[in-house]
Amino acid sequence: MTTPRERLAAVGNQIPPLIALIVLWMLLWGEFSWLNLLVAFVVGIVVTVVFYLVPVQLSGRLHPLHTVVFFVRLILDIVRASIDVSWLAVKPRLVTSNAILAIRLHTRSDLILTWTAVATSIVPGSIVVDIDRESSILYLHVLNLHSAADIESFRRQVLDTERRIVRGFGSREDVERMRGVLPVNRPSARRPSARRGAGSEPGKGTP
Amino acid sequence: MSAVLHDVLTAILVLAGGAMCLAAGIGLIRFPDVLSRLHAATKPQIFGLMAVTADVAINNFSVGTVTLVVAIVVFQALTAPMAAHLVGRAAYETEHLRPDLLIVDELKDR
Repeated sequence: MTTPRERLAAVGNQIPPLIALIVLWMLLWGEFSWLNLLVAFVVGIVVTVVFYLVPVQLSGRLHPLHTVVFFVRLILDIVRASIDVSWLAVKPRLVTSNAILAIRLHTRSDLILTWTAVATSIVPGSIVVDIDRESSILYLHVLNLHSAADIESFRRQVLDTERRIVRGFGSREDVERMRGVLPVNRPSARRPSARRGAGSEPGKGTP
Repeated sequence: MSAVLHDVLTAILVLAGGAMCLAAGIGLIRFPDVLSRLHAATKPQIFGLMAVTADVAINNFSVGTVTLVVAIVVFQALTAPMAAHLVGRAAYETEHLRPDLLIVDELKDR
Protein backbone atom coordinates (compact mmCIF):
# COMPACT_ATOMS: atom_id res chain seq x y z
CA MET A 1 0.00 0.00 0.00
CA THR A 2 1.17 3.50 -0.71
CA THR A 3 0.43 6.42 1.53
CA PRO A 4 -1.03 9.59 -0.05
CA ARG A 5 2.27 11.36 0.51
CA GLU A 6 4.19 8.71 -1.45
CA ARG A 7 1.63 8.89 -4.22
CA LEU A 8 2.04 12.67 -4.33
CA ALA A 9 5.82 12.28 -4.52
CA ALA A 10 5.42 9.79 -7.38
CA VAL A 11 3.27 12.28 -9.29
CA GLY A 12 5.80 15.05 -8.57
CA ASN A 13 8.55 12.89 -10.00
CA GLN A 14 6.65 12.69 -13.30
CA ILE A 15 6.52 16.46 -13.70
CA PRO A 16 10.04 17.11 -15.11
CA PRO A 17 9.57 14.50 -17.89
CA LEU A 18 6.16 16.01 -18.60
CA ILE A 19 7.70 19.47 -18.97
CA ALA A 20 10.36 17.98 -21.23
CA LEU A 21 7.67 16.43 -23.42
CA ILE A 22 5.82 19.74 -23.66
CA VAL A 23 9.03 21.55 -24.65
CA LEU A 24 9.76 18.83 -27.22
CA TRP A 25 6.29 19.24 -28.74
CA MET A 26 6.94 22.98 -29.01
CA LEU A 27 10.34 22.34 -30.58
CA LEU A 28 8.83 20.05 -33.19
CA TRP A 29 6.15 22.56 -34.12
CA GLY A 30 8.70 25.35 -34.05
CA GLU A 31 6.32 27.98 -32.72
CA PHE A 32 4.50 28.93 -29.56
CA SER A 33 0.74 29.26 -29.35
CA TRP A 34 -1.72 28.62 -26.56
CA LEU A 35 -3.48 25.91 -28.56
CA ASN A 36 -0.10 24.25 -29.06
CA LEU A 37 0.56 24.41 -25.34
CA LEU A 38 -2.81 22.85 -24.57
CA VAL A 39 -2.32 20.01 -27.07
CA ALA A 40 1.23 19.47 -25.79
CA PHE A 41 -0.07 19.21 -22.24
CA VAL A 42 -2.74 16.65 -23.18
CA VAL A 43 -0.37 14.56 -25.30
CA GLY A 44 2.29 14.81 -22.58
CA ILE A 45 -0.08 13.48 -19.94
CA VAL A 46 -1.24 10.63 -22.19
CA VAL A 47 2.36 9.66 -22.97
CA THR A 48 3.45 9.85 -19.32
CA VAL A 49 0.54 7.65 -18.22
CA VAL A 50 0.56 5.12 -21.06
CA PHE A 51 4.34 4.72 -21.34
CA TYR A 52 5.04 4.76 -17.64
CA LEU A 53 8.75 4.88 -16.82
CA VAL A 54 10.45 3.95 -13.61
CA PRO A 55 10.82 7.25 -11.73
CA VAL A 56 14.31 8.71 -11.80
CA GLN A 57 15.41 10.38 -8.64
CA LEU A 58 16.45 13.89 -9.59
CA SER A 59 19.17 15.60 -7.63
CA GLY A 60 17.21 18.78 -6.98
CA ARG A 61 20.25 20.96 -7.56
CA LEU A 62 21.31 22.91 -10.67
CA HIS A 63 24.30 25.16 -11.06
CA PRO A 64 23.75 27.03 -14.36
CA LEU A 65 27.35 28.11 -14.94
CA HIS A 66 28.85 24.66 -14.37
CA THR A 67 26.11 23.11 -16.51
CA VAL A 68 26.99 25.42 -19.39
CA VAL A 69 30.69 24.61 -18.88
CA PHE A 70 29.84 20.91 -19.11
CA PHE A 71 27.87 21.26 -22.36
CA VAL A 72 30.41 23.53 -24.04
CA ARG A 73 33.24 21.20 -23.07
CA LEU A 74 31.17 18.23 -24.34
CA ILE A 75 30.74 19.85 -27.75
CA LEU A 76 34.44 20.71 -27.94
CA ASP A 77 35.29 17.12 -27.01
CA ILE A 78 32.96 15.80 -29.72
CA VAL A 79 34.59 18.02 -32.35
CA ARG A 80 38.14 17.14 -31.30
CA ALA A 81 37.49 13.43 -31.00
CA SER A 82 35.54 13.29 -34.28
CA ILE A 83 38.56 14.68 -36.05
CA ASP A 84 40.82 12.17 -34.25
CA VAL A 85 38.68 9.17 -35.19
CA SER A 86 38.28 10.39 -38.77
CA TRP A 87 42.03 10.80 -39.11
CA LEU A 88 42.51 7.33 -37.66
CA ALA A 89 40.12 5.97 -40.29
CA VAL A 90 41.94 7.49 -43.25
CA LYS A 91 45.54 7.51 -42.11
CA PRO A 92 47.95 5.18 -43.83
CA ARG A 93 49.53 2.30 -41.84
CA LEU A 94 46.69 1.72 -39.43
CA VAL A 95 47.73 -0.06 -36.23
CA THR A 96 44.71 -1.03 -34.16
CA SER A 97 45.26 -1.15 -30.45
CA ASN A 98 42.12 -0.92 -28.33
CA ALA A 99 41.24 -1.57 -24.72
CA ILE A 100 38.24 -2.42 -22.60
CA LEU A 101 38.55 -0.48 -19.36
CA ALA A 102 36.61 -0.71 -16.13
CA ILE A 103 36.22 2.79 -14.73
CA ARG A 104 34.81 3.18 -11.25
CA LEU A 105 32.89 6.41 -10.85
CA HIS A 106 32.50 8.26 -7.57
CA THR A 107 28.78 8.83 -7.78
CA ARG A 108 26.05 6.58 -6.43
CA SER A 109 23.27 8.27 -8.35
CA ASP A 110 21.57 6.66 -11.36
CA LEU A 111 21.11 10.04 -12.98
CA ILE A 112 24.80 10.96 -12.89
CA LEU A 113 25.81 7.44 -13.91
CA THR A 114 23.54 7.67 -16.97
CA TRP A 115 24.70 11.14 -17.90
CA THR A 116 28.34 10.14 -17.61
CA ALA A 117 27.73 7.01 -19.69
CA VAL A 118 25.96 8.95 -22.44
CA ALA A 119 28.47 11.81 -22.36
CA THR A 120 31.48 9.50 -22.64
CA SER A 121 29.90 7.38 -25.29
CA ILE A 122 28.77 10.30 -27.45
CA VAL A 123 32.37 11.47 -27.64
CA PRO A 124 33.94 9.44 -30.45
CA GLY A 125 36.49 6.83 -29.48
CA SER A 126 34.67 5.23 -26.56
CA ILE A 127 31.64 2.96 -26.34
CA VAL A 128 29.92 1.75 -23.18
CA VAL A 129 29.97 -2.05 -23.36
CA ASP A 130 28.53 -2.76 -19.95
CA ILE A 131 27.54 -1.01 -16.73
CA ASP A 132 27.74 -2.32 -13.19
CA ARG A 133 25.01 -0.31 -11.57
CA GLU A 134 25.53 -1.49 -8.00
CA SER A 135 29.11 -0.27 -7.80
CA SER A 136 28.93 2.46 -10.50
CA ILE A 137 31.47 0.91 -12.85
CA LEU A 138 31.48 1.74 -16.54
CA TYR A 139 33.02 -0.79 -18.90
CA LEU A 140 34.21 1.15 -21.92
CA HIS A 141 35.68 -0.01 -25.20
CA VAL A 142 38.21 2.62 -26.17
CA LEU A 143 39.76 3.07 -29.58
CA ASN A 144 43.42 3.73 -30.19
CA LEU A 145 45.10 3.33 -26.80
CA HIS A 146 48.72 2.31 -27.07
CA SER A 147 50.30 2.50 -23.63
CA ALA A 148 49.63 2.53 -19.91
CA ALA A 149 49.98 6.32 -20.00
CA ASP A 150 47.21 6.51 -22.64
CA ILE A 151 44.98 4.39 -20.42
CA GLU A 152 45.60 6.55 -17.38
CA SER A 153 44.90 9.76 -19.28
CA PHE A 154 41.68 8.30 -20.64
CA ARG A 155 40.57 7.27 -17.13
CA ARG A 156 41.24 10.78 -15.91
CA GLN A 157 39.24 12.18 -18.82
CA VAL A 158 36.15 10.13 -17.89
CA LEU A 159 36.42 11.07 -14.22
CA ASP A 160 36.77 14.73 -15.22
CA THR A 161 33.58 14.42 -17.26
CA GLU A 162 31.85 12.97 -14.23
CA ARG A 163 33.11 15.81 -12.06
CA ARG A 164 31.82 18.43 -14.50
CA ILE A 165 28.40 16.76 -14.57
CA VAL A 166 28.21 16.54 -10.77
CA ARG A 167 29.23 20.19 -10.46
CA GLY A 168 26.55 21.11 -12.95
CA PHE A 169 23.57 19.20 -11.63
CA GLY A 170 24.63 16.50 -9.19
CA SER A 171 23.21 16.18 -5.71
CA ARG A 172 24.89 17.84 -2.73
CA GLU A 173 25.97 14.45 -1.48
CA ASP A 174 27.74 13.75 -4.78
CA VAL A 175 29.44 17.14 -4.72
CA GLU A 176 30.80 16.40 -1.26
CA ARG A 177 31.93 12.96 -2.38
CA MET A 178 33.79 14.65 -5.26
CA ARG A 179 35.68 16.80 -2.80
CA GLY A 180 36.62 13.67 -0.90
CA VAL A 181 34.62 14.52 2.21
CA LEU A 182 32.55 11.37 2.01
CA PRO A 183 34.24 8.01 1.58
CA VAL A 184 33.88 6.65 -1.94
CA ASN A 185 32.53 3.25 -1.04
CA ARG A 186 29.64 4.27 1.08
CA PRO A 187 26.66 1.99 0.77
CA SER A 188 24.22 2.94 -1.92
CA ALA A 189 22.01 5.86 -1.03
CA ARG A 190 19.36 4.98 -3.58
CA ARG A 191 15.79 4.84 -2.47
CA PRO A 192 14.18 1.41 -2.79
CA SER A 193 11.53 2.84 -5.11
CA ALA A 194 14.21 3.73 -7.65
CA ARG A 195 15.51 0.18 -7.80
CA ARG A 196 14.77 -1.86 -10.87
CA GLY A 197 12.36 -4.75 -10.30
CA ALA A 198 10.59 -2.91 -7.53
CA GLY A 199 7.97 -5.66 -7.55
CA SER A 200 10.27 -7.87 -5.49
CA GLU A 201 10.07 -5.57 -2.51
CA PRO A 202 8.89 -7.39 0.57
CA GLY A 203 5.45 -6.46 1.74
CA LYS A 204 4.41 -4.99 -1.58
CA GLY A 205 1.08 -6.22 -2.82
CA THR A 206 -0.10 -7.30 0.59
CA PRO A 207 -3.03 -5.24 1.78
CA MET B 1 27.00 39.22 -42.10
CA SER B 2 28.71 39.89 -45.34
CA ALA B 3 27.92 37.63 -48.29
CA VAL B 4 31.46 36.31 -48.64
CA LEU B 5 31.74 35.39 -45.00
CA HIS B 6 28.36 33.72 -45.24
CA ASP B 7 29.45 31.64 -48.23
CA VAL B 8 32.73 30.66 -46.61
CA LEU B 9 30.99 29.59 -43.43
CA THR B 10 28.45 27.55 -45.40
CA ALA B 11 31.19 25.87 -47.40
CA ILE B 12 33.22 25.01 -44.31
CA LEU B 13 30.26 23.52 -42.45
CA VAL B 14 28.96 21.46 -45.37
CA LEU B 15 32.43 20.22 -46.26
CA ALA B 16 33.14 19.31 -42.64
CA GLY B 17 29.88 17.37 -42.48
CA GLY B 18 30.67 15.58 -45.73
CA ALA B 19 34.22 14.79 -44.65
CA MET B 20 33.00 13.27 -41.39
CA CYS B 21 30.54 10.99 -43.20
CA LEU B 22 33.21 9.99 -45.69
CA ALA B 23 35.63 9.17 -42.88
CA ALA B 24 32.92 7.13 -41.15
CA GLY B 25 32.42 5.11 -44.32
CA ILE B 26 36.13 4.52 -44.79
CA GLY B 27 36.52 3.55 -41.14
CA LEU B 28 33.70 1.06 -41.48
CA ILE B 29 35.68 -0.77 -44.14
CA ARG B 30 39.16 -0.38 -42.73
CA PHE B 31 38.71 -1.09 -39.04
CA PRO B 32 39.25 -4.75 -38.24
CA ASP B 33 36.54 -5.87 -35.79
CA VAL B 34 32.95 -5.17 -34.76
CA LEU B 35 33.73 -2.96 -31.78
CA SER B 36 36.18 -0.70 -33.59
CA ARG B 37 33.85 -0.49 -36.59
CA LEU B 38 31.13 0.68 -34.24
CA HIS B 39 33.26 3.69 -33.37
CA ALA B 40 33.49 4.62 -37.03
CA ALA B 41 29.85 3.84 -37.76
CA THR B 42 28.18 5.77 -34.96
CA LYS B 43 30.40 8.64 -33.90
CA PRO B 44 32.01 10.96 -36.45
CA GLN B 45 28.73 11.74 -38.14
CA ILE B 46 27.31 13.24 -34.94
CA PHE B 47 29.77 16.05 -35.59
CA GLY B 48 28.89 15.85 -39.28
CA LEU B 49 25.20 16.16 -38.48
CA MET B 50 25.90 19.06 -36.12
CA ALA B 51 27.80 20.86 -38.87
CA VAL B 52 25.15 20.31 -41.55
CA THR B 53 22.22 21.24 -39.31
CA ALA B 54 24.08 24.30 -38.04
CA ASP B 55 24.49 25.30 -41.67
CA VAL B 56 20.76 24.86 -42.32
CA ALA B 57 20.02 26.99 -39.26
CA ILE B 58 22.37 29.74 -40.47
CA ASN B 59 20.87 29.80 -43.95
CA ASN B 60 17.21 29.79 -42.89
CA PHE B 61 17.52 31.64 -39.66
CA SER B 62 14.23 31.56 -37.75
CA VAL B 63 13.12 30.43 -34.33
CA GLY B 64 11.36 27.41 -35.82
CA THR B 65 14.45 26.18 -37.66
CA VAL B 66 16.77 26.65 -34.72
CA THR B 67 14.50 24.78 -32.30
CA LEU B 68 14.02 21.96 -34.79
CA VAL B 69 17.79 21.73 -35.31
CA VAL B 70 18.33 21.57 -31.57
CA ALA B 71 15.76 18.77 -31.30
CA ILE B 72 17.39 16.82 -34.14
CA VAL B 73 20.89 17.07 -32.64
CA VAL B 74 19.72 16.23 -29.11
CA PHE B 75 17.85 13.14 -30.25
CA GLN B 76 20.67 11.97 -32.44
CA ALA B 77 23.03 12.50 -29.50
CA LEU B 78 20.76 10.52 -27.17
CA THR B 79 20.00 7.59 -29.46
CA ALA B 80 23.32 6.95 -31.21
CA PRO B 81 25.13 5.91 -27.98
CA MET B 82 22.26 3.56 -27.09
CA ALA B 83 22.44 1.81 -30.45
CA ALA B 84 26.22 1.58 -30.18
CA HIS B 85 25.97 0.21 -26.65
CA LEU B 86 23.45 -2.49 -27.61
CA VAL B 87 25.46 -3.65 -30.61
CA GLY B 88 28.70 -3.50 -28.63
CA ARG B 89 27.30 -5.47 -25.76
CA ALA B 90 25.81 -8.11 -28.05
CA ALA B 91 29.12 -8.36 -29.89
CA TYR B 92 31.02 -8.78 -26.64
CA GLU B 93 28.73 -11.41 -25.21
CA THR B 94 28.62 -13.47 -28.37
CA GLU B 95 32.44 -13.18 -28.54
CA HIS B 96 32.50 -11.37 -31.85
CA LEU B 97 35.67 -9.60 -30.92
CA ARG B 98 39.34 -10.10 -31.50
CA PRO B 99 41.21 -10.28 -28.19
CA ASP B 100 44.50 -9.77 -30.02
CA LEU B 101 43.47 -6.17 -30.74
CA LEU B 102 42.92 -5.33 -27.08
CA ILE B 103 45.81 -4.29 -24.88
CA VAL B 104 43.64 -4.56 -21.75
CA ASP B 105 40.32 -6.30 -21.16
CA GLU B 106 39.03 -5.49 -17.70
CA LEU B 107 35.58 -6.87 -18.44
CA LYS B 108 36.89 -10.42 -18.95
CA ASP B 109 37.74 -11.17 -15.34
CA ARG B 110 34.68 -9.61 -13.80
